[in-house]
Amino acid sequence: MFNYDRYLRKGKLPHIWCPGCGYGIIFKAMIRAIDALGWDKNETVLASGIGCASRLPGYADFNTIHTTHGRSIPFATGIKLANPKLKVVVMGGDGDMSAIGGNHLIHACRRNIDLPLVIFNNNIYGMTGGQFSPTTPIGKKATTAPYGMTENAFDISALSIAAGASFVARVTSFHAKQMEELMKQAFQHKGFSVLEIITGCPTGYGRRNGQPEAADQLEWQRAHGIPKLRYEKMSSEEREGKFSIGVLHDEEKPSYLETYDKAVGLA
Amino acid sequence: MSRFRHSMRRWASPMKQLLQGNDAAALGALYAGCRFFAGYPITPSTEIAEKLALLLPKHGGRFIQMEDELAAMAAVVGASVAGVKSLTATSGPGFSLKQENLGFAYITEVPCVVADVQRGGPSTGLPTAPSQSDIMQARWGTHGDHPSIALYPSTVYEQFTEMVRAFNLSERYRIPVIFLSDEIIGHMRECVTLPQEGDLEIINRTKPTVPPEDYKPYDSSRLVPPMANFGEGYRYHITGLSHDDTGFPTNNGYIAEKAAKRLQKKIDDNYDDIVKVEEFFCSDAEVIVFSVGAAARSAKEAVLAARGRGIKAGLLKALTVWPFPDRHIKSYASRLKRLVVAEMNLGQLSNEVERAAEGNIEVRRILQANGEPIAPAQILEHFSPSDRAVYV
Repeated sequence: MFNYDRYLRKGKLPHIWCPGCGYGIIFKAMIRAIDALGWDKNETVLASGIGCASRLPGYADFNTIHTTHGRSIPFATGIKLANPKLKVVVMGGDGDMSAIGGNHLIHACRRNIDLPLVIFNNNIYGMTGGQFSPTTPIGKKATTAPYGMTENAFDISALSIAAGASFVARVTSFHAKQMEELMKQAFQHKGFSVLEIITGCPTGYGRRNGQPEAADQLEWQRAHGIPKLRYEKMSSEEREGKFSIGVLHDEEKPSYLETYDKAVGLA
Repeated sequence: MSRFRHSMRRWASPMKQLLQGNDAAALGALYAGCRFFAGYPITPSTEIAEKLALLLPKHGGRFIQMEDELAAMAAVVGASVAGVKSLTATSGPGFSLKQENLGFAYITEVPCVVADVQRGGPSTGLPTAPSQSDIMQARWGTHGDHPSIALYPSTVYEQFTEMVRAFNLSERYRIPVIFLSDEIIGHMRECVTLPQEGDLEIINRTKPTVPPEDYKPYDSSRLVPPMANFGEGYRYHITGLSHDDTGFPTNNGYIAEKAAKRLQKKIDDNYDDIVKVEEFFCSDAEVIVFSVGAAARSAKEAVLAARGRGIKAGLLKALTVWPFPDRHIKSYASRLKRLVVAEMNLGQLSNEVERAAEGNIEVRRILQANGEPIAPAQILEHFSPSDRAVYV
């Protein structure tokens, strides 16, 4: 039986997440991945921005920093460059990472900075009550899209690959076991790794979009998240509304620190 | 000979050298122990970044040019949390962008230094012309109640020594320190003999000595709680939310107010340690000019010229702008008839001088925001007892 207590700040529980939220599944996978990798708690840093996802570090017994909206990647960049021995994991939601923090995301990809990033993509701003985000699908309802979303959505994984991240994977909170494995891979990767997790927000998104129960959202994830190999064999009609999961991009290339330290004579 | 060897030899040299103000600031940062710089190019501060891009790796440090000013400020705070003294440098428009994460550094009490080499504003303003119009931004640029420390050198030598002091104050009081400069001081060159290793005191943050389970990163029983660096075994939480002694968020307004008052008190109670002024011919002065930075150089010339004419003029130059040198102003206000304030903006210092003087003295304002330095002659005429008409 896995002992989660070692990694929890139990005095800070219960967490703020709503019943049915997918974040508990992600938290659990993260703890199991870190444990499996044998990281020293004293040398592990969790950095986040603002939003429901960004509250996670407060519950975890590591060095934790809950920064400003969208800025966790640059904060983590400073931490990592100051002390490369630290294992720094960055996390945030879809709004935090692809709207207000979008510039930092693409530049972290371009730099191939030595950090793993976990994006909790629930397609909505949950903490502020259900406003649309850059990943809300067109036509879906949000409090600021009462007539349905009229903007095109970002595909965060595709964006990250295009911007130069050397490892990009996607999974859903339904695929919990796979999530843990992908986290381990992302955390061990040299350079910038992005793990996009498609997850649910019954309160802010589901109940306005025909998925009022947590199980509705998990069922939707199961039906629409298609393993990459199978997805690639599907016709464009079959792919409609679906997305690929698994390791989408894995490339060996020099990381930021590797290149910088070598160039300036620190290596 | 490589550029690096050249600059290092000059820095290490006990000899006189011709040095640019921004370069002196960069060297001062290295001397103070700064080993991380994150920045974004902006005139007229860029030489600080350029110098440190070259020199930091030679001292075991790292430099990074970030994607924007917000990221640069964030990276600097992050590096300090991991235990490395950090600097960023910018000018007015960039300083505006840094305010978000500067506020984070205030509430989380993370030491770091932000250099703002001032140019004309608001907005893009006069990018290559000097100005002193960020005085208030250095005090109230970010939202919320917080104290502020801002230093303002007026010579190339002081660019070095005040940068060292900025890091020292930042480490001692766990607060981001604003290093104000201006296009004139940043870009001018002067002959200086720099302090050598050991000449200036270097202060480092106080580390906790208690066992990790007893550590309170925001211990309210201390004015400045000791700070553990990430990776040292203390595993604490840092948040921009109002937090209690343990660092975890609280919605308790009483605790939030108590914490805000402690932040203010740690600066207020240390006025004598933080506030530094230079008093030039002040002891017997009948009229004193209050000035900072580039304007203080003209003021000094004006004082010398006035003394040559038998006018008992003096200069009160503030090297610390925030906290404002209230006690010095009050003391002169009680015994003089007139204070002249010379500043390259539309009255940001004058308003403070009037506030501090509490109406006990006439405050003459010499205000200029046209991107030109104030000439000594403009100041001199306000020293004259004939009360000539004031114009700007």
